[in-house]
Amino acid sequence: MSARMKMYGKHRFPGRLFIVEGIDGSGKSTQLSLLHKWLESEGYVVSSSEWNSSPLVRDVTRRGKKKEMLTPMTFSLIHATDFAERTEHQITPPLKASAVVLADRYIYTAFARDVARGVHPEWVRGLYGFAVKPTVAFYFRVPLDVAMKRILGGRDALKFYEAGMDLDLSDDIEESFRIFQGRIVEEYEKMVEEFGLVAIDATLSIEEQQAQMRQIVTEALTGTKKTRVRRWLDLASLAKGSRE
Amino acid sequence: MARFSFFGEGLPGIDLEELKGKLIVLEGTDGVGRSTHIGLLKQWLENNGHAVLDTGMARSALAGKAIREAKEGHTMGSATMSLFYATDFADRLENEMIPALRAGFIVLTDRYIFSLMARVIVRGADPEWIKDVYGFALKPDAVFYLRANIDDLVTRVIQNAGFDYWESGMDLHLGEDMYDSFVEYQRRLLKEFDKMVESHGFQAVDASRSIEEVFGDLKDRVTPLLKPDKGSVSGDTKG
Repeated sequence: MSARMKMYGKHRFPGRLFIVEGIDGSGKSTQLSLLHKWLESEGYVVSSSEWNSSPLVRDVTRRGKKKEMLTPMTFSLIHATDFAERTEHQITPPLKASAVVLADRYIYTAFARDVARGVHPEWVRGLYGFAVKPTVAFYFRVPLDVAMKRILGGRDALKFYEAGMDLDLSDDIEESFRIFQGRIVEEYEKMVEEFGLVAIDATLSIEEQQAQMRQIVTEALTGTKKTRVRRWLDLASLAKGSRE
Repeated sequence: MARFSFFGEGLPGIDLEELKGKLIVLEGTDGVGRSTHIGLLKQWLENNGHAVLDTGMARSALAGKAIREAKEGHTMGSATMSLFYATDFADRLENEMIPALRAGFIVLTDRYIFSLMARVIVRGADPEWIKDVYGFALKPDAVFYLRANIDDLVTRVIQNAGFDYWESGMDLHLGEDMYDSFVEYQRRLLKEFDKMVESHGFQAVDASRSIEEVFGDLKDRVTPLLKPDKGSVSGDTKG
């Protein structure tokens, strides 16, 4: 990057960036995956980037978590490093190429978690100053109890950091998780106005939520090229046609 | 009143009153002899009864190895590189430097946030952005800036390991080959360092002299810092 680093809100790319936020169990990943399939069937070039997935960085994060080596500060910085790598390699280039980029979790995840860990709110916002501002940021709002039921019902054991066990909130991991996720929800709620997050009621049916998302995304896509090359046999549009 | 302070917001949960040691930084561009002088100072200080911790870039338990591996690939963008090093620095600050300062050690560090900021700024980062990122760093007791001109640096680099991809700023596409790129990249870094002499109270040390002369000069400058109850001299280099 020899060009000057541009800061949040200053990038001008022809593509569109849609991101989803919310606590674990809010259903955001399900919604994003439905949106992804629909956008492709509509003929858009879609690429996606997941939180904590940079090939250069993710092993460091994984090891740091496993060995419980991370402080609130290094937890924050290693996630920012991962995000920077994805911004430079997975997010910015497709946006320049007029593609639609989807991200499951974005900088607001870091703001919520890091501040819940005691990191200074202004500092962490500054840390991510190089991030591209999303076209639309969806926030899946769900009562803590509903999310807890969805999570504790059907998945692996809670992990040390996701339960906030590094903060000595409680010796009981489920109780610690509840307190920590409660703090994260508080931070998300503050950010709805601060960053203009679009709140979706995540207690509605999956279909209703998806319909709301598609409506908002459709408006935001005005003027975006459908650049995908259509082949003579296009499976995605066949599937779409058979439904109508 | 605590002797130490942070550049900005600081680290959560650190009591500065507890930090009793001294934090001494050697800064300078590549090939200027920093590690030689860290080694000499350490030996001299220990001979005089001081406990010393020495540390340097990409040596953290958390991220050191991964940074070295990432550098092999030559694909690291500037924001990624700067934050990877910031992670490495934070891990060493919290888990090595601060515990050592608490225990009354002299911490000698081969480079500090200044090199890291200079590298990012010459790669096009917003200087205010990276300055704020390093708001969690402790202000050192003294920064000795080993300064040499480009000709001296080139000679030393060729005599030692040869031109390195990153030390030559090859990711910036500044010249036709490693020599051209090295000269231009180091020239830009020197410019950033020179600005910091004033803004961060560096003590400039002429590193074009012999090792003996430079080391003698460094000893003279470190000695007053070792007196008990001597306050921080950072930003007060005339004192």
